[in-house]
Amino acid sequence: MSQATNIKRAGGRVAGLADYAPTYGALAALVLLFLFNSVFTPNFFDVNNFRNILLQVATTVLVATGMTLVIATGGIDLSVGAVMAIASAVAASTLGLGVLPAVLLALGVALGAGLFNGALISGFRIQPIIVTLALLISGRGVAQVVNDGKIVLVGDEAFKALGQGRLFGAPVQVLLMLLVVAAAIFVMRATSFGRYVSAVGGNEAAARLAGVRVHRTKIAVYAISGLLAGVAGVIETARQGASDAPNMGLNIELDAIAATVVGGTPLTGGRATVVGTLVGALIMQMITTSFNMNGIKYSWSLVIKAAIIIVAVYIQRPKLA
Amino acid sequence: MTGAYRRDGGRVWLEGREVDFRSPEDAQAAGVVAVYQEVNLLAYRTVAENIFLGREPRRFGLVDWKKLNAGARAILDRLGLDVDPEATLGSLNIALRQMVAIARGVSFGAKVVVLDEPTSSLTEHEVSILYGVIRRLKGEGAAVVYISHRFDELYAVCDRVTVLRDGRLVGTRSLAGLERIDLVCLMLGKQRDELRREGATAFGHKEREAAEAPLLRAEGLTRGRKLDGVSLEAGRGEIVGMAGLLGSGRTETARALFGADPVEDGAVFLEGQRLDLDSPRDAISAGLAFLSEDRKAEGIIPELSVRENLTLAALPQLTKLGVVSRAEQERIVEKFMKRLGIKASSADQKIRELSGGNQQKVLLARWLCKNPKFLILDEPTRGIDIGAKGEIQSLINELAESGLGVLMISSELEELVEGSSRVLVMRDGKCVAELRGAEISQDSIIHAMAEGGAESEA
Repeated sequence: MSQATNIKRAGGRVAGLADYAPTYGALAALVLLFLFNSVFTPNFFDVNNFRNILLQVATTVLVATGMTLVIATGGIDLSVGAVMAIASAVAASTLGLGVLPAVLLALGVALGAGLFNGALISGFRIQPIIVTLALLISGRGVAQVVNDGKIVLVGDEAFKALGQGRLFGAPVQVLLMLLVVAAAIFVMRATSFGRYVSAVGGNEAAARLAGVRVHRTKIAVYAISGLLAGVAGVIETARQGASDAPNMGLNIELDAIAATVVGGTPLTGGRATVVGTLVGALIMQMITTSFNMNGIKYSWSLVIKAAIIIVAVYIQRPKLA
Repeated sequence: MTGAYRRDGGRVWLEGREVDFRSPEDAQAAGVVAVYQEVNLLAYRTVAENIFLGREPRRFGLVDWKKLNAGARAILDRLGLDVDPEATLGSLNIALRQMVAIARGVSFGAKVVVLDEPTSSLTEHEVSILYGVIRRLKGEGAAVVYISHRFDELYAVCDRVTVLRDGRLVGTRSLAGLERIDLVCLMLGKQRDELRREGATAFGHKEREAAEAPLLRAEGLTRGRKLDGVSLEAGRGEIVGMAGLLGSGRTETARALFGADPVEDGAVFLEGQRLDLDSPRDAISAGLAFLSEDRKAEGIIPELSVRENLTLAALPQLTKLGVVSRAEQERIVEKFMKRLGIKASSADQKIRELSGGNQQKVLLARWLCKNPKFLILDEPTRGIDIGAKGEIQSLINELAESGLGVLMISSELEELVEGSSRVLVMRDGKCVAELRGAEISQDSIIHAMAEGGAESEA
C-alpha cells in the first residue's frame, strides 16, 4: 500500500576528513613538532632522547587512557593523582609481604577507589566532578596516613624493576603503556562494552531505552580509571624508589585531561579516541622536552601547552547540526 | 508577552498604551506577572523574603524584617491564604509555593497575571485553593491569563479561551456556549465536517479478528496524577491505536509498559506471564520494543554511525565473550538497511546526518532486528517527510500481519482511524474510551477526547 517510492535523499555527506579533524590535527601537530625539533634541537635524534620521552610520558598515558574512557561517558575523574598516591603508599608499606602481594593489594585498593567513585556517581547521581574532587582532596591524606607522614623508601630490587628494568631491551613501563593502549583500542573498537561507553556518553536516555546497562557501564569506566591510576602509582613508586605521598602523581589529572582533549575526545562525551590520547600526551611531553633541550625556560612550555589545549577545544566545539 | 523572550514582531498593549518589555522585570514593574510551571523562587529563603525579593523595605540601610513580614501577611490574607510568612519556602508544598509566586505578583500590584499550566503538579484540593485565589484576583479587577490543556479547568475558571496551535493564533471564543467538541476541533485544526475524510495514509485494512488470548495486557497502571489506573489489552497481529491530547497520559502509558518509569501500582502481562519491569532492559528481554516520540532526546545516539545505532539493542546477541562479531553485525545492518530502504551514504555515516525519516527507520530497525513480540510506537511518523511516513505506515501494517502486537500512539487521527483495529482514547491519565471497528472515526475519537466517554463527565 505504500505510495511512497522515493525518499528525499538524506544529506549524504561522505564521512570526510572533518570528522576526524581533532585526531588528525593532533597528529599533524605532533609531526610538526617532530620536524621543528629535528631542525632546531641538537641531539634530538639521539636514541636516549626518544627513550626519555617515552619513559616520561608512560605514566601520563596510563592515567589518560582511563580518563579517556571516563570522559567518553561524559564524566570526568579528578581523583587519579590521589589514587596513584594511595596505591603507591599501599605498595610501599606492604612490600614486606612480597612483591606480588604488595602490587596486587595496591591495585586492589585503586580499583576499589574507582568503584567507589562509580557507585556514588551512578547510584546517587552526584556529579562526577564533585565525587572525584572529594577523593582528590581526601585520597592524598589517606596516602599520607598509610605512609605515616614520611617518605617510604623502597629497596626491593624486584619491585624497582617495574619502573627501572627492561624487557627485550625496552623499559618495562613503556611496554606496559603500549599494552594498555592496545587493549583500550581493542575494547573501544571490538567489544560491546566499548560501544556502550560511547552510547552512554552520546545519549544516556536513548541508551537506557535501548537496554544498555547505564549504571554498570559508568561504574566500570571509573573502576578502570582507578585501576590504571593504581598501575601508574606502582610504576612511579618503583621508578623513584620511594613513595612520596604528597607529591606522587601531583597534578597528573590535569595532564591526563589535557592529553585526552588534545587527542580529540570531546569533554561532552560520546566518542573516545585512545590513539588520540596517546598522541596528545606525546605532544605535551615533546613540547616540554624540546623546550628543555633548547634551554628555554620551563615556564614558557606551560604557556604553549595551555595555548594548544585551547586550540584543541576550539577545533572540537560542537558544530551546529 | 512578559519579556522573557524577545519577540521578532508584533505589539503589546497594556491599558491602551503600547508597551515594550525588554525583560520580565520591566513587565513586572508595569504590572504583568507570569507564574510558570516550575516556580522560580528561592527555596532557602522565607515566604516573605520571596514575596519582596529585590524590594525589601529598609531601615537605616538594613532590611526591616518587621515591616517585611507584616507586608507579606497582609498580601497573603488578601488572597485568603493561610501561610506563615516566616516559613522557609522550601518547606512548603508545590501548591503553596505557587501561591507565594502569585502573591509576589500581587505585591507588585499586578494587573495581569499569567499562569502557565498551574495545576500540573497540584492535587485536587490544592487546585480548589488556586481557583479561590484566581477568583479573588478577578474580583479585584486583575486579568488572569490561564494556560492549560485541561478542559475541566478551562471551563471551571475561564471566561474566554484563545487557542494556539504551532505558534499561531487559531481563534478566541467565549467559553459559555462553546462545546468541548468544537474546542478540540480548534486545537487539532479540523473542521467538524471534514472529520470523515479518508485515504490519507498508507495503512491497508483495519478489521482484524481478535486473537485468542491477548498478547499484552496491562492492569491499573498508576503513577501520580499522570497515570490513573490505565488498563489495556492487545492481541497478536493487532494494531491498537492510542489517542489523546498532549499530557493526557499516552506517553506515560507507553513508558510504564516498557519499564522506563516506575509505576506505583499496576501490572503488565505478556503472553499471560506477569513481567517484572524494573528497567527497559527487563522489558526488552521479555520481547517488548519501544520507539520514543522524541527521536533526538531518546532515540538516536547522534555521534555514532548508522551501524552502531541500528545494532545497539541487539549487541548482547552479537557478542561472544564481550567481543562483537563484526560479520554478524554487518549482515544484520545490511539486511535491515535494505528491507527498510534506509538511505545513507554507508553504514558508517553518522546517524545525525540522516533525514528524520531515515533516522526513524534506523530506530525501528534497532528493534526489528531483535524480533520483538510487541512494539510500542509513540508518534512513529512525527516530523518525517511524507514519503517516509507512508513507508513506515505500511511497514507497521506488514509487521502486524506477521503476528506482532502493536500499540500505536498518534496525534494524527487519520493514522489511527485507518491503521488501528481498536482505538483507546486517553484523557487526564485515564483511558476514557475504547472504540472498535465501525465505531472508529475521527469524529468519535474527538468526541471521546473532549467528553471523556460516558462514565467520566465532570
